[in-house]
Amino acid sequence: MLLMILKDVAVLSAIGVSLATVMVIAGRWLSNYGECKIDINGKREVTITGGTSLLSSLSDKQIFLPSACGGRGSCGACKCKVISGGGPLLPTEKPLLSKEEIAEGNIRLACQVKVKSDVKIEIPSSIFNIRRFHATIAEIIDLTYDIKEITFKFAEGEKIDFLAGQYVQLESEPYNKVKERVTRAYSISSKPEINDALQLIIRYVPEGICTTWVHKHLKVGDKVSLTGPYGDFYLRDTQADIIFVAGGSGKAPIKSILEHLQVTGTSRRMTYFFGARTPKDLYLTEEMKALEQVFSEFKYEPVLSAAKPEDKWTGKTGYVMPYFAETIRDPKNTEAYLCGSPGMINAVQKALIENGIPTDKIYYDSFG
Amino acid sequence: MDISSFVLFWAAIFTSNILLTNFLGMCSYLSVSREMESSFGLGISVLFVLTVTTGLNWLVYRYILVPFDIVYLQYIVFIIVIAAFVQLLELVIERYAPALYYTLGIFLPLITVNCAIFGVSLFMVIRNYNFLQSIAFGAGSGIGWMLAILMLAAIRRKLKEKLVPTGLQGVGISLIITGIMALAFVGFSGIVQVQ
Repeated sequence: MLLMILKDVAVLSAIGVSLATVMVIAGRWLSNYGECKIDINGKREVTITGGTSLLSSLSDKQIFLPSACGGRGSCGACKCKVISGGGPLLPTEKPLLSKEEIAEGNIRLACQVKVKSDVKIEIPSSIFNIRRFHATIAEIIDLTYDIKEITFKFAEGEKIDFLAGQYVQLESEPYNKVKERVTRAYSISSKPEINDALQLIIRYVPEGICTTWVHKHLKVGDKVSLTGPYGDFYLRDTQADIIFVAGGSGKAPIKSILEHLQVTGTSRRMTYFFGARTPKDLYLTEEMKALEQVFSEFKYEPVLSAAKPEDKWTGKTGYVMPYFAETIRDPKNTEAYLCGSPGMINAVQKALIENGIPTDKIYYDSFG
Repeated sequence: MDISSFVLFWAAIFTSNILLTNFLGMCSYLSVSREMESSFGLGISVLFVLTVTTGLNWLVYRYILVPFDIVYLQYIVFIIVIAAFVQLLELVIERYAPALYYTLGIFLPLITVNCAIFGVSLFMVIRNYNFLQSIAFGAGSGIGWMLAILMLAAIRRKLKEKLVPTGLQGVGISLIITGIMALAFVGFSGIVQVQ
């Protein structure tokens, strides 16, 4: 009886092992794409082992394309131009590309393109500036009941060079039942003049993997990893009037821009609308109000949409949009910088265009 | 079983369609039939994998399972063979036919868990088919499955412009349609007896 069981197990294992062997040999032989060269902008060439995604091949070489979903093909942040060697457009990429991008033919998602031969790509040269930083949590401050400001101090010798308004990607550590690491994008709220540390303003999102980690598990002294800086949301160097509109943790990049302007000095006419629901959602109000004395023409306008009578709120109420008309002096010579939820951005953008602000002068950073 | 491979091939397509008379392979049938293009891609993959794995499993059954007297392990062994073959196929296609890989690529892993594939291998054992019959039955079932999913995809495309009661939208109406299609196919079942 025992012998029979042993024989059966042996035969079954033999079948399994032989199939596995065939698979391993075939895998070695079939998935070996050898060394592939990635030509970047015709200027730089890196050699990698073929078979993995373009995104991870590049990050192995310390070239970090933005990616908010960590390469799962759900955020579309890692778009880049693949001039040759990328193969046909995949069904997994189509939903994240616009009609124009599909028509152009060489815009691809770096996380979906597998490098199997020599590839030629084009990426904005600012991406070379992006690198990984190792930081220690220096301070955690509660700004409101659900928003924290976190100060990250970089390891000895690491310095960041960014434009006020840009963002970094924070990588979360596993905690409790969450076994995976996730990468999420947060705007830098400190000014670029400080380059050995940075601050992020992070709002707690119920069930959010990364914000739960930040709010419930992160402690002063913890070591974390960040990449950056990313993004084309930064202050344009002109003399045009400015309208800033932010909601929730969207205050971060605008704070960075204003503090940067405080250092460089400016005479531009600026109005800052901050949309919130109730007084307890407001934060850094004194700091922002104080800036009215620093700049020659700056106004900070918190606008509450759900203030109750007992709050005794005397400022502006409702949504921010109706106040644009009285603020805008010369629509053709006004720039708008928006940061907040996609819903808010869409509504504000629409209102600004109705008020005559040119579409290409509206810059925004949406928390998609 | 005494039936010519040729007859068996046609019977597997029409009179005893694996999907419409045995209701095997329903999950991917229901979920992928939203678009003609993907249905065709999956159909072709199923056809190919079904034909080859039925042959492979016949060989494994005849020359390994029977001589070693471990027929009772056929379920595990068949599944391992199917999974290994699909994996291997994926590697080969990715390497040598990238274009085809991009069309079929996402469907191939789905096939490993398609019960039509496993079902055909089991039928082949129960009904005592010889090698040629098994291949014919596998290929016929594959074409039959593809035919069924293409028909459903075509009907669902038409349905997109029709008003379907809210509670029946999606899978609900698809199952009703499948039932009606099955009735039509069962009408042919007396012509050839394969059971």
